Amino acid sequence: MIKAQNVVKWFGPTLAVDNVSFEVKRGEVLGFLGPNGAGKSTTMRIITGFIPPSRGRIEIDGHDIEEDGIAAKRLIGYLPENAPAYPEMSVAAFLMFVAEIRGLSGAAKREAVERVIKSCFLERVRHQPIETLSKGYRHRTCFAQSILHDPPVLVMDEPTDGLDPNQKHEVRQLIKSMGQNKAIIVSTHILEEVDAMCNRVIIIDRGRVVFNGGPDELRGRSDVAGAVTVRIRDRKGDEVRSVLGALPQVARVSVLGDGGALVRLFPKGDGAARGAFAAAVSDGLRGKGWAFDELHTESGELEEVFRAITQSDTVDGARKATGGGEAKSAAAA
Amino acid sequence: MRNIWVIAKRELGSYFSSPVAYVFIVIFLVLCGFFTFMVGNFFARNEASLASFFIWHPWLFLFLVPAAGMRLWSEERRSGSIELLLTMPVTAWQAILGKFLAAWLFLGLALVLTFPIVVTVIYLGAPDIGVIVSGYIGSFLVMGTYLAISSMTSSVTRNQVVSFITSVVVCLFLILAGWPPVTNMVVTWAPAWLVEGVAAFSVIPHFDALQRGVLDLRDLVYSFSVIGFALFTTGVILRSRRA
Repeated sequence: MIKAQNVVKWFGPTLAVDNVSFEVKRGEVLGFLGPNGAGKSTTMRIITGFIPPSRGRIEIDGHDIEEDGIAAKRLIGYLPENAPAYPEMSVAAFLMFVAEIRGLSGAAKREAVERVIKSCFLERVRHQPIETLSKGYRHRTCFAQSILHDPPVLVMDEPTDGLDPNQKHEVRQLIKSMGQNKAIIVSTHILEEVDAMCNRVIIIDRGRVVFNGGPDELRGRSDVAGAVTVRIRDRKGDEVRSVLGALPQVARVSVLGDGGALVRLFPKGDGAARGAFAAAVSDGLRGKGWAFDELHTESGELEEVFRAITQSDTVDGARKATGGGEAKSAAAA
Repeated sequence: MRNIWVIAKRELGSYFSSPVAYVFIVIFLVLCGFFTFMVGNFFARNEASLASFFIWHPWLFLFLVPAAGMRLWSEERRSGSIELLLTMPVTAWQAILGKFLAAWLFLGLALVLTFPIVVTVIYLGAPDIGVIVSGYIGSFLVMGTYLAISSMTSSVTRNQVVSFITSVVVCLFLILAGWPPVTNMVVTWAPAWLVEGVAAFSVIPHFDALQRGVLDLRDLVYSFSVIGFALFTTGVILRSRRA
């Protein structure tokens, strides 16, 4: 549904988006991650046709956003950053306006407006001017505007920004359920949201795509992915380290806490060996007759991976950004 | 057409949902009355005409029209709603025209509300209705001309003050280029063809003709070509400054 081909954007001498290409199909929720100023919002503005790309092209269901803009824009629902609206209008009047400009009229218009007022919990404020609303309500009003015409393509710039935890949860659920039959791009810098709603992740840093894959794959790049953490009762960390470090499958041991020793064991090799690692560790512990309170395999921390791949100020980071396979080994090293 | 109307309707609704519209209309009417009666000596003239009413309009509108038009695009820029508007399935033309027409209609409404003065002059004497009608047409066209220029200047900046001042300066040029006191002074040292050429850009000669009751096609062409040019430029500016 959404196809970006070699999109480049210069703002004067500054390169904001550097050769970005990707595709989002129906049924996909793409998480757009990146540090502030990485080019997320710019890319989204290009996708929605607000600013033209310097080079490259955007297609929305086969319609070029520059040449066939009206047809393409009909298919898009867009929630811009900071959720702008017309402050002097009431919520209902604003949504009516959007419905009309989206080509709805009569009963269909009223139905659409009622539907989004309900699904975005705006009932209580429908007659209030938007400028008098709290940030959360204002945000939801703009969110409502973007899904009003039930578009097949949704582009949302930080849809949960400024919401309280309950509202965040609601919005994530809503996006996830809409993702089943729409193509959705969501930008965020809250990593837990990626788990909550996305089935694919693109990380963009200094205008370049530095990662494009599933959330699990992203987590797999973490140092700690596949490591086993155990808490062993009544043992000292150093003792545990020397004993468990001797197991043939264990590459190294790090002590996280003393007392009831909390240690993390890193496996040797990868692939199949890693799968059986937890079992091997637990066998080793039983062999020693040590009691343990906790044993789990780490799935990896998104935050850590995020930091590792977006620190592009270094030469190393820039190299990681380009090569997929190398990056993996570099991260593990 | 439908999109233009939807945008114009929203814009007009916004005018009247804030006190600005009412304040503007009141100030407009008060100033019109003040200039007509106090400065223009409406009664002392002892004429059944509205000359002392219309004569001030190009000067009065010089400040009032940019005040109404300064927010056209700068407000959209400032609040970020321009990003919503231009990512909707409407062309930039429809948006520009919709917003312009809304503001012009609003100004037209303020102008219509000066009708008591027409009633007064009809009550007191026997004025030439045709001249009054063409006078109103002239005033409305001057409003449109200034407004289109305000639309252009407001598309450049998100700052309404900058937008206001720029548009006053441009409109002032449109007055002075053909204002007799200025042209009479310039003609003493500049060649006549140059003075006339520059004066042709001015609103004044066209406005004066309409005040005399002469409805000439050329005067209409003048107004609509300035409006067309200014709105076209608005489109170019919006396109080039989307980034």
